[in-house]
Amino acid sequence: MACINPDGTLTTSAKAVLQVLAESATPTEVARKVGLPLFRVRSSLRELVEAALLVEETDGSYRLTAAGTERLKQ
Amino acid sequence: MAEEITSTNWLPRLNEPAPDFEAVTTHGVVRLSDFRDSWLILFSHPADFTPVCTTEFIAFAEIYPELQKRGVELLGLSIDSVYSHIAWVRNIEEKTGVKIPFPIIADLDRAVATKYGMIQPGASKTEAVRAVFVIDPKGILRAMVYYPLTTGRNMQEFVRLIDALQTSDKYNVATPANWQPGEKVIIPAPKTIEMVEENLKTADEVVDWYLCKRTLE
Repeated sequence: MACINPDGTLTTSAKAVLQVLAESATPTEVARKVGLPLFRVRSSLRELVEAALLVEETDGSYRLTAAGTERLKQ
Repeated sequence: MAEEITSTNWLPRLNEPAPDFEAVTTHGVVRLSDFRDSWLILFSHPADFTPVCTTEFIAFAEIYPELQKRGVELLGLSIDSVYSHIAWVRNIEEKTGVKIPFPIIADLDRAVATKYGMIQPGASKTEAVRAVFVIDPKGILRAMVYYPLTTGRNMQEFVRLIDALQTSDKYNVATPANWQPGEKVIIPAPKTIEMVEENLKTADEVVDWYLCKRTLE
């Protein structure tokens, strides 16, 4: 897993992606704000959705779930 | 009945969608579709911790900034584990100071290598040959090159190839042998008498009616 360390904590890049998504954003917007390549952001978003920390909206943007918000506080 | 894809009978084809994949890499799990909207150079190497491959990885890292300026990502592949890849790129950085900035697929089950014809038993039954695939932002395979195990690739040619493809797409032209950016390009060969006349009017250099060149603005 590129976003979640073996001990269950978030990686630095995963935290950066989640922090940007305090407001919903598209993958391209996230890539620009975080400074990661678009392919890395798409891969991370998929993994964070699978972990139920994000949801994808019908317009292709992403936003934090309650679990994602809680995880960022840890 | 669909043709069975095996490592020995399948090669991808130019101007068709590049074979899709999902793969474990040194940067996490990636899919080909993650690279949509960017150009992608997907390349294979025979094995980690081998001499020619090490020189190639350093050279790929060196051209990476130039590729990024052109909207191109790099993605390596070999039939090694992700732990081997991690150890190797750390070793390269430790010994040479060169950081490998792009992901490398750990294709232990050869799933990606098989789809792209990277296993060529005449060269090696266990290693990928030195293959390069240029995939455009729409996921179409635009160029492919296969090199033997013994011969390291020329990185400047891949930068030139990207420049040529992007120029052809932007201006609807072709590029002559050994073309470099800034040099004259070829007006596509005419298909009618009318097109011949129009090409002759717009050309800066006419060798004959079928070989006309012009300078780009």
